[in-house]
Amino acid sequence: MKVLTANRLTDGIAVWYADGGWAETVGGADLAHDKAAEDRLEAIGAAAYANNEVVDVNLIDVTVVDGLVEPVRLREKIRAAGPTIREDLGKQASPQPVRAA
Amino acid sequence: MYRYDEFDHDFVQARVAEFSDQVQRRLAGEITEDQFRPLRLMNGVYLQLHAYMLRIAVPYGTLNSKQMRMLGHIARKYDKGYGHFTTRQNIQFNWPALSDIPAILADLASVEMHAIQTSGNCIRNVTADHFAGAAADEVADPRPYAEILRQWSSVHPEFSFLPRKFKIAVTGAERDRAAIQTHDIGLHLKKNAAGELGFAVYVGGGQGRTPMVARKIRDFLPEADLLSYCTAILRVYNLYGRRDNKYKARIKILVHETGVEEITRQVEAEWQELKDAELKLPEADIQAINAYFTPPGLAERPEGDAAVKLARLDSKNFSEWLDQNVVTHRHPDYAAVTISLKGIGEVPGDATDSQMEAVADIAEKYAFDELRVSHEQNLILPHVARADLKAVYDALVDIGLATANSNLISDIISCPGLDYCALATARSIPVAQEISQRFASLERQREIGELKLKISGCINACGHHHVGHIGILGVEKKGSELYQVTLGGSADENTSVGEIIGRGFSSEEITDAIEQIVDTYLGLRLSPSERFIDAYRRVGPAPFKEALYAGETKAA
Repeated sequence: MKVLTANRLTDGIAVWYADGGWAETVGGADLAHDKAAEDRLEAIGAAAYANNEVVDVNLIDVTVVDGLVEPVRLREKIRAAGPTIREDLGKQASPQPVRAA
Repeated sequence: MYRYDEFDHDFVQARVAEFSDQVQRRLAGEITEDQFRPLRLMNGVYLQLHAYMLRIAVPYGTLNSKQMRMLGHIARKYDKGYGHFTTRQNIQFNWPALSDIPAILADLASVEMHAIQTSGNCIRNVTADHFAGAAADEVADPRPYAEILRQWSSVHPEFSFLPRKFKIAVTGAERDRAAIQTHDIGLHLKKNAAGELGFAVYVGGGQGRTPMVARKIRDFLPEADLLSYCTAILRVYNLYGRRDNKYKARIKILVHETGVEEITRQVEAEWQELKDAELKLPEADIQAINAYFTPPGLAERPEGDAAVKLARLDSKNFSEWLDQNVVTHRHPDYAAVTISLKGIGEVPGDATDSQMEAVADIAEKYAFDELRVSHEQNLILPHVARADLKAVYDALVDIGLATANSNLISDIISCPGLDYCALATARSIPVAQEISQRFASLERQREIGELKLKISGCINACGHHHVGHIGILGVEKKGSELYQVTLGGSADENTSVGEIIGRGFSSEEITDAIEQIVDTYLGLRLSPSERFIDAYRRVGPAPFKEALYAGETKAA
């Protein structure tokens, strides 16, 4: 499974594509279960990049744990949470929304 | 210290206006990311994991209280209340919004600071001994020459698109505290037999994925020839340096592939064309720049000896801090102080907004308004009267910056690693924190003695692991962090690249492995005065390999 991630142009904050827009947390990101869905997300990312909404657009591997999307690689886990040495900073500093079933 | 002249002011203001316009055009969608990326990098703006990062230049690591206060202000107003001092004597902010960067640069310009040439394939911030102008063992202050190099290299049209980035370091003492042999050009300021100032010139040092110790190509270059000779080196590099492969583009590769004799011949030939032309430094110009670095008037303060003696008796903590973090000054009534940014379990190099402001206050009150950033990620008060040391110590205790660990095992250099950096492959800060906590006892650290431990979170080696007495390199292997240990590196006048000791260690194992290495050293050293690096050079890797891996060999 994959989701689409990027950094927002204006402030560089890490974002994930969810429900037709860019969310600041990964938990509810739109999942791609197959190649066709990945292609769709990639096209959305390319359009958003071209439209100067986001930069550094990537598809990343994820799993779903207790209804929440979680990245697989440590790098992406840290992007999704914040620095492991400063739990008061980044996404982890605010409560994460639960993904709608 | 150096003060901007009219040209500097106009130049920096013009650059702020230019980049502000570029940012506005980018935000308005008038220029693409591909067009904008090189422009933002030329102004120190990176994109990292969580946000943009802004790297601000601190030329040769020197700044005044007003500038430090401004850094605190930026941390509070535009960032998240802290900044990270780097191994290039600069500071980085981890969370600025792109839309705020024009305002940050305008604030910086108001105190004669900027972020120009802190990235890109150009000549970067020139670094220098952090005790410059204060050290008792110094031949002359290296900073005027670093400033001359800064002026020459700023937006130098010929050297703004080099094959790769280019770093120059200058030291003014035999004891190299600026790691000059790990730089593209290393300059050792010294005097010849006639008492004239000049430089030993080293070329082709560097770390990264191919660590190399710089080679000396000239034993004595007269000071007047500084710019013509550096131009000759840069010209040879610009012409022959590889542009086909990013990983082979640094001058160290050119020196290695061409051979030091041939490179020296090419540089000298180029220099012959340049040496008597307009790049020759007029004595008046050298003196003019030197005047900016006139040391503060240090009044006699002979009461310092008695004051220090008394305060030592009164406070064991002060006494230990004095032994560890205070070094001899060229003036007997004064001392140079290292403010450790390596509190036990803290993030190496990080300081909060209020700490920056408090340090600025201390520098203003007790240290002639002068501060330094060291490449070891600490702050320095270069001129403090010994009579004021206790007051400075007490003020540092109040802000949690009085850790007495300079040059000890917990005085760790660490890059930001995977907690922040988009290039990193493993975390480095948590490893530094765990080792620092394991060796928290100052008594134990002092028993171990001088030990330079350096950690990088990827092969680019921003944490200088290659030249750590103990170096740790974090990599990603099969989805997990793995830490490779090197021993025997050094970044002083006897620079050496550490050797990989064996298989790497997991994040759970690495601190135990470091402790094993330290215990092995303690068991084999000839006396407490034999430092780790000296013992390693005497015995080699075998006893350490045995201690770390013997069980595995026997089991296999």
